[in-house]
Amino acid sequence: MISLAGRDILHSWSKFVFTGIGLGLLIGVTLTMAGVYRGMVDDARALLTNSRADLYVVQKDTQGPYAEASSLRDDIQRSVLGMPGVARAANVTYLTMQVRRASTEVRAMVVGVEEPGQPGAPAYLIEGRHITRNHYEAVADVKTGFVVGDRIQIRRHTYDVVGVTQRMVSSGGDPMVFIPLADAQEAQFLKDNDAIYNDRARTAANPAFNRPGVPGLLEAVQASQSSNHNVNAVLVQIQPGWDAEQVAEPLRRWKHLQAFTRMQMEDILVAKLIATSAKQIGMFLVILAIVSAAIVAFIIYTMTLGKLREIAVLKLIGTRDRTIAGMILQQAMGLGLIGFIVGKVAATIWSPVFPKFVLLEVGDTVIGFFLVMVICALASTLAIRVALRVDPAAAIG
Amino acid sequence: MKFKIPSSKVTSLVLLGVLLITAVVFVVMRAGPLAPVRVTLAQATEGTLTPALYGIGTVEARRSYFVGPTAAGRVLRVLVDVGDTVKAGQLLAEMDPVDMDNRLTALDASVARAASMIAAADAQTADAAARKELAAISARRYLDLAQQNFVSSGAVEAKVQEQTSADAGARAAQANLSAAGQDLSRLKAERAALVQQRQNVRLLATQDGVVVARDAEPGTTVVAGQSVLKLVDPTSLWVRVRFDQGRSAGLAPGLAARIVLRSNPATALAGKVIRVEMQGDSVTEERVAQVAFDVLPAGMSMGELTEVTLNLPETPRTLVLPNAAIKRLDSEVGVWVMAADGLKFVALRLGQSSLDGRVQVLGGLQAGEQVVVYSEKDVGAKSRIEVVSSLAGAAPKPTQAQAKP
Repeated sequence: MISLAGRDILHSWSKFVFTGIGLGLLIGVTLTMAGVYRGMVDDARALLTNSRADLYVVQKDTQGPYAEASSLRDDIQRSVLGMPGVARAANVTYLTMQVRRASTEVRAMVVGVEEPGQPGAPAYLIEGRHITRNHYEAVADVKTGFVVGDRIQIRRHTYDVVGVTQRMVSSGGDPMVFIPLADAQEAQFLKDNDAIYNDRARTAANPAFNRPGVPGLLEAVQASQSSNHNVNAVLVQIQPGWDAEQVAEPLRRWKHLQAFTRMQMEDILVAKLIATSAKQIGMFLVILAIVSAAIVAFIIYTMTLGKLREIAVLKLIGTRDRTIAGMILQQAMGLGLIGFIVGKVAATIWSPVFPKFVLLEVGDTVIGFFLVMVICALASTLAIRVALRVDPAAAIG
Repeated sequence: MKFKIPSSKVTSLVLLGVLLITAVVFVVMRAGPLAPVRVTLAQATEGTLTPALYGIGTVEARRSYFVGPTAAGRVLRVLVDVGDTVKAGQLLAEMDPVDMDNRLTALDASVARAASMIAAADAQTADAAARKELAAISARRYLDLAQQNFVSSGAVEAKVQEQTSADAGARAAQANLSAAGQDLSRLKAERAALVQQRQNVRLLATQDGVVVARDAEPGTTVVAGQSVLKLVDPTSLWVRVRFDQGRSAGLAPGLAARIVLRSNPATALAGKVIRVEMQGDSVTEERVAQVAFDVLPAGMSMGELTEVTLNLPETPRTLVLPNAAIKRLDSEVGVWVMAADGLKFVALRLGQSSLDGRVQVLGGLQAGEQVVVYSEKDVGAKSRIEVVSSLAGAAPKPTQAQAKP
């Protein structure tokens, strides 16, 4: 038995293939948009996964360190270490800023971390080495564009990039730059020189701090103003066999700190921090999907309208309705298949070029495939209705 | 001919289809969650490494001198300024002596008066001595006369009493004379003390040095002990270096140091650890050591930030791995070893590490075993991996840090 659909496609295959490719690019855009949405959520999750923390200990009554500002004394880490169920605890600071390299700037999240291997520090590298000095070395995410050997400027100090890592991003998708904790504390809280001089002058002008009869008081006050021992959070890994909530509860109750478990932090990030922008993308995705479906339907419909005369001939020579309907359905499905494959390939090819992470999930791809097929089938019913109503006489009339 | 055209169309369409399906399979396998994790491997090889300590410090003077008055007072004049080189004993500043000079004049007058008093006492002594002699002669004569019964016993007793009084008068005059002499000594001593005090308001350099601070200007009132000028010995400059406690094992006096000044980052200066302070800083969790320059460079400024690297003795030959390979799984530190059936986590005992990022392996690994160094993401025992030679775009070049002197 000959395939009517196949014969028809062969008859005008270039038109068919190019329509399919055009359709595919549209599907590709839709898939990419889904990927952008997934990537956004995944950025937030990657931030948490890469921190390798089971608990996030932050300032009381805040939802820090990502969604809100949080500030803790850095010696709290030691008292946290002493709590039951805590295996490791490490201080960490986060600061989103412009990092300079030569004349260019990169927006990055500067993370102050303790030793490599501690929570917060990058777990894997793709080039170079971990930080070995406790000052002026940095490990950068590959998205910053920095390479090993670069010298970058953070506040007043120059840092050597010694290692490059991958997929270390903030919840906003900014690549991370890891530097030693002490440097990060300084970068975060040290003011610029003008401000320091202003402050010194202000203190010197205050009679309470600059008494004539008390030599050394002014120097003591000024020295106390320039020291900083704050961090944004303490990242905690818990001992095996302990429940995160079980460890968090005494911290909240007795240490007067806020402690979030991984699940709670994910909820804060996904449901609160990126909620609006994620919804924005989601809305756009829905509209794009509807528009794509409409375009697919219209393409198949117009393709059929263009073949009405041939269909009339088919009817005239006594072809059964089922055969004609099958032909249109097969063509629609074929078009959908080509479109989907082209779309998937296109999305995969162009997604790494995006500045932020685009995550093409297998689940999304499968759902997308079935949606495309269902839309094509539904669209073909519209065309089939028109085709079946054609008067065979139109072939000769 | 007619048969051939559709056949070529079929062929091209089939080709297109095959191409598309291949593309999909390729895309699904190469990207997304099903794609293998690309990793690079390294072989555990034997080698030695030179561990080093890295700290930052500031240039400070080993000896600095605060020059100020020992009593509260007003600064009269300051003769030197910041940057001046001074010699030991040089007059640097002077405090207002207020009434000291007048008190000296008064004391001078008192001393002169005391000398006059001595002269007066001396004359009185002579006078008393004369009276005493006269009284003694008279008494003797009356005693002789009384033995011959020429005078009454009453007259003799009066003359004897006169002699006793004259003796007492002579002793009193003598005492007055010594009192006047002691008075003179006291006043002279007081004057000498005042002269000392007067000298003390002159602030002198105790050492050869350079003036680094001029804290009070003429007219300023300063309290006792407050500094007017600060001197340092420019030949005693050293670097006070702070080392992270966690990375300070092996810190000891005598280690050779490379000192990089912030003002000249390209040049490393040679130095030596000359003191490791017993008292560390518990707040910053740092240890403090003093590093002296072998040859003091010219034009050094105090307070300058420096980076100091100390090389420790070379370790014995052991297996050595890059620190990028070291991973932490739960509570264990180890590496992912490439085994026949996939990746296997091997816990390691690690030794010292060097600043260029290599770590000594003391146990847990055999020489020649392949371990994962770089990976695109965290690998696990079930990860599908693909071994590549390099993950970064360009071939790894020697890092800046490794190229450091």
